[in-house]
Amino acid sequence: MAAVTDPPREAPAARRPARPLRNLSAKLASLPMVLTALVVFLGCSLWTVAHSFTSSRLLPRLDWAGLSQYERLWGERRWLVSIGNVALYGALSLVLTLAIGFVLAALLDRKVRGEAAFRTIFLYPFALSFIVTGLAWQWILNPDLGLQRLVRSWGWESFAFDPLNDPRLVIYGLLIAGVWQGSGLVMCIMLAGLRGIDEDVWRAARVDGIPVWKTYTHVVIPMMRPVFVTALVIIAAGIVKVYDLVVAQTSGGPGISSQMPALYVMDKMFLSQNLAQGFAASTMMLVTVAIILIPWAYLEFGGRRRG
Amino acid sequence: MAEPGSIAALVATDAAPLSGPRGPRPRRALSGANAVLYGTLGLASLYYLLPLWVMVVTSLKGMPEIRMGNVFGPPLEVTFQPWVKAWAEACTGINCDGLSRGFWNSVRILVPSVALSIAVASVNGYALANWRFRGSEAFFAILMVGAFIPYQVMIYPIVILLREMGLYGSLWGLVLVHTVFGMPILTLLFRNHFAAIPEEIVKAARVDGAGFWGIFLRIMLPMSLPIVVVAVILQVTGIWNDFLFGVIYTRPEIYPMTVQLNNIVNSVQGVKEYNVNMAATLLTGAVPLLVYLVSGKLFVRGIAAGAVKG
Repeated sequence: MAAVTDPPREAPAARRPARPLRNLSAKLASLPMVLTALVVFLGCSLWTVAHSFTSSRLLPRLDWAGLSQYERLWGERRWLVSIGNVALYGALSLVLTLAIGFVLAALLDRKVRGEAAFRTIFLYPFALSFIVTGLAWQWILNPDLGLQRLVRSWGWESFAFDPLNDPRLVIYGLLIAGVWQGSGLVMCIMLAGLRGIDEDVWRAARVDGIPVWKTYTHVVIPMMRPVFVTALVIIAAGIVKVYDLVVAQTSGGPGISSQMPALYVMDKMFLSQNLAQGFAASTMMLVTVAIILIPWAYLEFGGRRRG
Repeated sequence: MAEPGSIAALVATDAAPLSGPRGPRPRRALSGANAVLYGTLGLASLYYLLPLWVMVVTSLKGMPEIRMGNVFGPPLEVTFQPWVKAWAEACTGINCDGLSRGFWNSVRILVPSVALSIAVASVNGYALANWRFRGSEAFFAILMVGAFIPYQVMIYPIVILLREMGLYGSLWGLVLVHTVFGMPILTLLFRNHFAAIPEEIVKAARVDGAGFWGIFLRIMLPMSLPIVVVAVILQVTGIWNDFLFGVIYTRPEIYPMTVQLNNIVNSVQGVKEYNVNMAATLLTGAVPLLVYLVSGKLFVRGIAAGAVKG
């Protein structure tokens, strides 16, 4: 992968004395990128972080209010529920998506007939939006319509399965849908990783009489560490942002039991006119992503020089 | 096998049959392990196909039949009325002209967004790969890190920026937002593609007097058709499926299809017409699904490019 991502060492204008008018077309052409990087990604993020220390309500204003927004945020029950939810959803979705993605990829890698058909089936949910995903599973998990009614119609009258209306189970309802949508992508990444493993590794393991499952756990999985890390980062970065799925499937209910940080932010910013509270909450989301990404970036790029 | 780490993953599957039989296939025609293998894959397929099946069969039933039976069975009497209603008559608020409004809104958002984002990102990638200037890599690094910043951190200041520019609530404002947020991944895609083109080609063209734009339009772009297709796939599915930006940066009259769908289905008033709702959901999912089914391996390449960031 490194060979692909590294740009050529000797770009035409790489080592020349800096003259502002040299390469003018290239500089002008890069203006959209420069503006996006500086104004949107850097500027807007700093703007939000700065305004999280104010008391802005309906309109943003720059009055120093210290950490009061953060104190209020961490005293708010709805925020604490959101954090608990995203932690539970995140941990389970991470484990399940990685496990299901890897197992499906490993099964497909066993030279099965109709591999292309299976792959198409496992990956198609990823093409669908979270709105479509959330609505589809809302119906299947609906007790009067979906699975509960089906099982009851088979004669098991007392069967109860209604996760979306049960505050204790609603996160698992979201999880079924989230894993359905995202595991195909992980399967794809894992399959690419498995195909990158040399056939000789398998031959050697077979000659040594090592059982297949042991080859996976002791040889293949350790070899695929970078693939797992990549998949993990992708899933984790998506989990922090989880928004559409919850809006479509439960709207944060019943009560506040499936609230998520992104819903809290949107609500404070655009509905309850409590801007600074929204800024503080979104800054916490940014901090979370940083906590996930910095160790990864360190592991990925810390060792070698960047291109 | 080809060396791992190249495009081997794609080539390997095609090359395998040529190199003759290998691996332990003949031994296990009907073995127990095989049954477990195909059994697991079949069960998994069931989980993945279930929602699609439920939506398709339910959207073809009348409401009385849905009330009587379950949503998993095939329709006893096929009707296309729910599809017609979802497309042309379903109500959001006071408008009762169906999802067709959202569909055309999405098309009007999609076309300029895809075109603009790819045009901008391809030029960016080209400049980064072939015309580096002082600081260009630093901007690129900010762009890559920016891809991981939660959107919620940036949405409000962007509202202010768009309002200042007079674009808040307009279609072009949303197009601009899609262009900005599509930039990291697309720039990466094009930068890597152009960096892999032999440098001698660019050098020769420069000797012949071609400039920045000449080389880009006459030499680089014609060599980039496959990567442009990957970018189009990536953007069409991404922008079509967007909900957050559509809800924030547009007005109800120009809401994209996903937003309108959610408003139709999750509206609290009235009797829930499941068949119409499911038809509406399928209509909204149809475009990216079609892109996925038609593009096949390129879709996988697109998401692999989207996945392997940095």
